Amino acid sequence: MSIAIAMSGGVDSSTAAALLADNNSQASSGSSPEVVGLTMQLWNQRRLPQLLGEEAGEGGHASGRCCSLDDVYDARAVATFLNIPYYVINLEKQFEAAVVRPFVAGYLAGETPIPCSLCNTEIKFAQFLTTARQIGAERIATGHYARIRRDQKSGRYQLLRGVDRSKDQAYFLFGLTQEQLACTEFPLGEMTKQEVRSIARARRLPVADKPDSQEICFVPTGSYRQFIDAYLAEQQRQPESMPGEVVSADGSVLGEHTGIQNFTVGQRKGLGMAVGAPLYVIALDPKKNRVVVGEDRDLFRSRFQVRDVNWIRPLAAGDAVDAHVKIRHNHPGAPARVEAHENGQTSVEFLEPQRAITPGQAAVFYDGDEVVGGGWISQVL
Amino acid sequence: MRLPLYLKGSMKRVYFDNNATTPLAPEVFEAMRPYLLEDYGNASSIHWFGQRAKAGVEKAREQVARLLNARSSEIVFTSGGTESDNAAILGIVEAARGERKHVVTSTIEHPAVLSTAKLLEKRGVAVTYVRVGASGVIDPADVAAALRPETVLISVMHANNELGTVQPLEEIGRIARERDIYFHTDAVQSAGKIPLDVEKLGVDLLALSAHKLNGPKGVGALYVRKGTILRPLLHGGHHERDRRPGTENVAGIVGLGAAADIARAHLAEEHDRVAALRDRLEAGILASVPLVAVNGDRAHRTPNTSNLTFDHIEGEGFVIAMDLRGVACSTGSACSSGSLEPSHVLTAIGLRPEQARATIRFSLGRFNTEEDVDAALKILPGVAEQLRAVSPHYRKEAASSQHSAVSKS
Repeated sequence: MSIAIAMSGGVDSSTAAALLADNNSQASSGSSPEVVGLTMQLWNQRRLPQLLGEEAGEGGHASGRCCSLDDVYDARAVATFLNIPYYVINLEKQFEAAVVRPFVAGYLAGETPIPCSLCNTEIKFAQFLTTARQIGAERIATGHYARIRRDQKSGRYQLLRGVDRSKDQAYFLFGLTQEQLACTEFPLGEMTKQEVRSIARARRLPVADKPDSQEICFVPTGSYRQFIDAYLAEQQRQPESMPGEVVSADGSVLGEHTGIQNFTVGQRKGLGMAVGAPLYVIALDPKKNRVVVGEDRDLFRSRFQVRDVNWIRPLAAGDAVDAHVKIRHNHPGAPARVEAHENGQTSVEFLEPQRAITPGQAAVFYDGDEVVGGGWISQVL
Repeated sequence: MRLPLYLKGSMKRVYFDNNATTPLAPEVFEAMRPYLLEDYGNASSIHWFGQRAKAGVEKAREQVARLLNARSSEIVFTSGGTESDNAAILGIVEAARGERKHVVTSTIEHPAVLSTAKLLEKRGVAVTYVRVGASGVIDPADVAAALRPETVLISVMHANNELGTVQPLEEIGRIARERDIYFHTDAVQSAGKIPLDVEKLGVDLLALSAHKLNGPKGVGALYVRKGTILRPLLHGGHHERDRRPGTENVAGIVGLGAAADIARAHLAEEHDRVAALRDRLEAGILASVPLVAVNGDRAHRTPNTSNLTFDHIEGEGFVIAMDLRGVACSTGSACSSGSLEPSHVLTAIGLRPEQARATIRFSLGRFNTEEDVDAALKILPGVAEQLRAVSPHYRKEAASSQHSAVSKS
């Protein structure tokens, strides 16, 4: 059995690699372990040097971010330590086309996109699996906290959240196909983050005490607004941000905004208005270039549409199912009725209204620990 | 049958990336050893230690001069090919008189030349980049046509690092002499592989690098024809007749000299031996893998280089898959590996981006054997097929045309 492990240089994927390497060397077959480590080079931080900040300086690089030279260095150090073959594969073009451009376009269209899910589906699984097959590996592995199970009755593969409830990365993996699930392994699915850290330390991995990454990997400052401005400037496109009106739900004009991509549903700060009760962004209207504001209670909604839904447990158009639905990564989830329509369109209705349902974010449907399916929030009704 | 993902520990690895670098020849290592241990003096020192080191450097200078049919006083030791190219081009242009200056070079030069030319452009020097056709060989008439009254330098490489194509330096040298223009060549990829005679080629400046001819890394030489006025790149002490300051890399220079000596002594026989191996490899690939094309003029190549486009193959995946099975080859040049843009050389000879990405360079060397070639040929068709099986375009094409590749193996 040969397997390619995606190594980001972080403690999770490094520990996953260590577990695979150990398993293979313990295998009784006596043959060489067939684990190969690959790092996907997704984004060149030097492209937008203005985002690197002062500590990076000219020709420097942001540290502790995905695809920084430090991370590649760390991944290589771990692979050397584990004595497994290791390569860096360049997927920058694919990443820009499949993740960065839709991310920027989403913001410009008044959405709040979540690039990690798109990256998982388009790059970390589709592209990575292709590369793995090109080089002759049969299976792939990542350091995600999630589990895969085969349903004996249907023969289908199921995606489950990891046993570490604080690290539900199955949320980001709703787009996986049966083909991808069939040849993927998540060595950390049965572990807690704490256990992973202690394995990394016991195994003396060079990255055992490396802090976790937090921000979107290609946005080094953590400010997506700066990123969008810098990216559009690099592409020699004027930011399409046009000042527009801030209106209340009934349409009365309350003020001006600097461009809708600077706003997110649920946001309170930055409206530059002081009017009695605190105001929140409750919707963005790209057609009229308007930011709609209201009170906190106006943020609570029940019904919304989801596009491009991937059903891991199939649901025929016209059928409905009760599920626990999460509308963003840190949302605890809430019971809802989910109804499938044609062409991957799905409508969701929460039993209780939920705060700040945000177009562009992923809605993921759970049955207990199992991810039934998920897609992108397109419209709040 | 599925290929094993890895090479087993006991299997011999095959190195087909000699245009990136070559293994150090054991004789070269032996020649260097005393200068790393006992004869550690500074070649500028008056005492016995210094004189020992100086003697090593001067012997090496003669050895390099002999390889080039030059005088030893015309050899300047440097840190390698890149420094030699920079020193030649910047040195000539900065020493040249005149308000307006113009340089002629080609689109297929090594980055050591191209980036330096770009720097000159930023400094207000006009540069003409002569283009090549599919052959990868420059037409001397194009060089002549590019000349202007204010042209101060022609810089054209001897052999191209990606294709191996050998450029018509003699003709270009004649043109340069007629017009009294300095002529520089980057001979990093030809030194030690094909005859190098600065008189015959008509060059005034020639760059070479030790590690491409089984010498050590970090040392090279620049031939500077007597009487050539060059402004030095670096500033410091009076080493190398005031042409290149800095304490001499004595062991490295001795290694370069030894490597040059060995290369000169075995040039003709090694040329034929390596060419036969390269041809065996190329013929074997063309016979066992469909849809492969040879890039560049096959009649005018260095004996060791084969540059092949495998339709519908992702070059990066191919190199990894081959490496896992014990064969080292490369996509384009080592300098552009991992970069996003398709190789400027492959683009210059008219390859589309997807063809450039499907292109693999095999470059053989002194320590390769027939067994190496046969070992590579044994795994290569399977690797190619494995990559093509993943390519959606290839599958589509194969399905529609019942391609011969599908039934094979």
